Amino acid sequence: MHPFFPQTSDDIKHMLDVIGIESVDDLYKDVPDNVRLKKDYDLPSSQSEIEIRRKLAEFGKLNKQLVCFAGAGAYDHYTPAVIPQIVERSEFLTSYTPYQAEISQGTLHYIFEYQTMMARLTGMDISNANMYDGSTATAEAALMAVASTKKTNKVILSDGIDPKVKEVVKTYAHFHGLELLSLPTVNGATDFSALDETLAQGGVAGLIVQQPNRYGIVEDYTGVADRCHAAKALLIINSVAADLSMLKTPGEWGADIAVGEGQSLGIPLSWGGPYIGYMCTTEKHMRKMPGRIVGQTVDQDGKRAFVLTLQAREQHIRRQRATSNICSNQGLMALWVTIYMSLMGPQGLKEATQMGCDGAHYLHDQLIATGHFCDAFPGQEFLNEFCVKYDGDLAALQEKWVENGFMGGVAISDDTVMFAVTEQRTKEEIDQLVALIS
Amino acid sequence: MNNKLYDRLIFELSSPGRVGYHLPKNQFPHHELRKDVSRTKAPALPECDEMTVVRHYTNHSGNNFGVDNGLYPLGSCTMKYNPKINEEAANHPAFVNLHPLQPASTVAGAQALADELKKMLCEITGMGAVTLKPCAGAHGELTGLMIIRGYHESRGDFKRTKVLVPDSAHGTNPASAAVCGLDVVEVKSKEDGTVDVDDLATKLDDTVAAMMMTNPNTLGIFEHNITKIVEMVHKCGGLMYYDGANLNPLLGVCRPGDMGFDVIHLNLHKTFSTPHGGGGPGSGPVGCRKELESFFPTVNPYQGNFLVEMRAWAYILSLGYEYIKKVGPTATLNASYIKAKLQDVYELPIKGLSKHEFVFNGLTDKSTGVTTMDVAKRLLDYGYHAPTIYFPLLFHESMMIEPTESESLESIDGFVAVLRKIAEEAKTDPELVKTAPHNAPISRVDDVLAAKNPVLTYPENP
Repeated sequence: MHPFFPQTSDDIKHMLDVIGIESVDDLYKDVPDNVRLKKDYDLPSSQSEIEIRRKLAEFGKLNKQLVCFAGAGAYDHYTPAVIPQIVERSEFLTSYTPYQAEISQGTLHYIFEYQTMMARLTGMDISNANMYDGSTATAEAALMAVASTKKTNKVILSDGIDPKVKEVVKTYAHFHGLELLSLPTVNGATDFSALDETLAQGGVAGLIVQQPNRYGIVEDYTGVADRCHAAKALLIINSVAADLSMLKTPGEWGADIAVGEGQSLGIPLSWGGPYIGYMCTTEKHMRKMPGRIVGQTVDQDGKRAFVLTLQAREQHIRRQRATSNICSNQGLMALWVTIYMSLMGPQGLKEATQMGCDGAHYLHDQLIATGHFCDAFPGQEFLNEFCVKYDGDLAALQEKWVENGFMGGVAISDDTVMFAVTEQRTKEEIDQLVALIS
Repeated sequence: MNNKLYDRLIFELSSPGRVGYHLPKNQFPHHELRKDVSRTKAPALPECDEMTVVRHYTNHSGNNFGVDNGLYPLGSCTMKYNPKINEEAANHPAFVNLHPLQPASTVAGAQALADELKKMLCEITGMGAVTLKPCAGAHGELTGLMIIRGYHESRGDFKRTKVLVPDSAHGTNPASAAVCGLDVVEVKSKEDGTVDVDDLATKLDDTVAAMMMTNPNTLGIFEHNITKIVEMVHKCGGLMYYDGANLNPLLGVCRPGDMGFDVIHLNLHKTFSTPHGGGGPGSGPVGCRKELESFFPTVNPYQGNFLVEMRAWAYILSLGYEYIKKVGPTATLNASYIKAKLQDVYELPIKGLSKHEFVFNGLTDKSTGVTTMDVAKRLLDYGYHAPTIYFPLLFHESMMIEPTESESLESIDGFVAVLRKIAEEAKTDPELVKTAPHNAPISRVDDVLAAKNPVLTYPENP
């Protein structure tokens, strides 16, 4: 017997009798012999918990824990102790998508809170229940822009967008038949001087920019929304969620869709996932938004209740005419970031971001002071992430940092490296990192 | 689950000035962000102390129902037990703090675990290669179709834009095809619920990119013509796509690769016991024949939902080859037993063998006016989750039941007894059933109001 199988041989005999068959194999008589599996799987033998723990410890030893000065889309933020304790509660963890609203108010409730918080953080009207990650949310935003505008199949991507995100957008665009245009960067920031000309080509559904951009630069979008709208195109801004506690919001810039990665809201780095993509938009585009959406309603007794809504957009109703094929979300991760925002509140969120911002500027100044680094993009404003050029062997320096327990940024070329600092980094760690530069 | 509604929103518990966080003192000189790129006012997030937040969400969990609360017979969702050792694995400190761009030499353990999982999934499915990138089943479907399109395009064959999908297919199949820029052509089912091979024959030509199939299908019926179907589709140059939503009953019985499928996706949150989490995060690895591996598209920058993958890895190790092979037959036995026990009071539209799930078309006695929706809601009163209802679309009162292998005989007998009791209530007191639930935190919700007058956020100044 095994702990996951409760059926005794007596149970099985009883069940077979009720069904009126001799053996369990009789239930598979309709499976042709030529496709039957006639051997044991070539898999390890059944392991006890003690053995699984041992194996995890062995694999774990092969990983090296580094003090993280890397970002490029994934940030080493603080996770309050409360969050994993609540998120692991069985009633949240082991439930399905909340189709039966009467016994799913817990899930529906926190998604409604999540939607409200994300709308407020981005300065947009509404939010969906979340998406897989920042990269697919951006790709879905491109598809949504095309679906929301007439006779379009082109989307402009700024070169300021993270190449990893761009790669995913390119994948979706290729198969969906979208043409991608680009806007260049000058001194690291998107150059909008060719925007009108690019829009004038016609058939452009939208422009996607990233704030802060792939180099950590905070860009200026003054007038960009108006120029897009004049050409009947949408403005889509991709942002790191936590940074919006300080940055001018996509709503304030006049964006039609705000998307991005929500990992910065207290989700551990987790070697890349699970994270959470967010998507917010205006009332006007509500019915073109992909993904699950929770709405407020009442029950038969007039009590306030929450329910999955606007399902006429979705695949189980519309099948191939759905706004997207998405039928799930990162459910629990929405709970994760909702609790994070509830604990941090407006002050905590800003305080943490400001601390990363201050730490990043301190690190920047210390690096420049060594005389071996210079600004990759002089004069550009940044928040908690920035690029500098090194006058020596960058790969060797980064290796030295790793040997000493640091992840010293992400190299974006042979001589240029991007550093990120969060509220988790101390002055001592920064000083140690800098001291290792010879 | 309790029957008390904890109904306040976190915004209604907020009081200006309260905090739920405590950060270290800022050791750095202050940098003032340029005003023209700064937000003008702080986001109106809740201001709460720590215990208020903890109590709020703890109480809310009581308004939910999970597999750990009781039997969850959602057809095609495979709500099996989510082992606790999986959670321990996914929370292991040696893995949770790894940055996705760390040098390979510093993540060798994580990589080894991911590689081991890929190898195990290849073996279980009979595929040559697996990618772990897709974050959910639908994401996997899309990825799989991209592989297929990429393959055809690589041969310079651009006319293959058609995807054949049986009318019993999950809704994500046609939706994924559409996102992938492909046209959907529906293939009819025969009276016995399996794909109509004659209808299929009329739809095969050199514009077919692929056929997507779930086997057993959404009626729980094994597509016994599978070898023939694969032959027909391959002969016209199309590839076969396997929707892994219903792989569970085939564990230990047959492999998609041996059936002739070229590309498949798996749902680690179904077959491999990772928790559904109220809708995610899931994981939808995609497997394919070795020669198609080069067409894996970039649908995620990293390794997909790695911590979910760790859970599936722990599950497969826990079962090992000795017990994985028992999963399919046991799941099928449980489902077949329920079907046998209830088919006198619930209408069984398709007789014969079925696997891990089967479909009733509502109550046999239709004269009471009690619908599948009513039965589903009444089940909630008795501490059970409802089955998948009104799907597949082939019947008006579909009720798709999948108990999984995790349930004991006693648990299943309890479920059977309640469904029989509800059938009885439908005769003696139909109003009781039609107005259910009576014992849940709320009564039936007004779906129409929610869609007609969408309120999707809490107002800032209520």
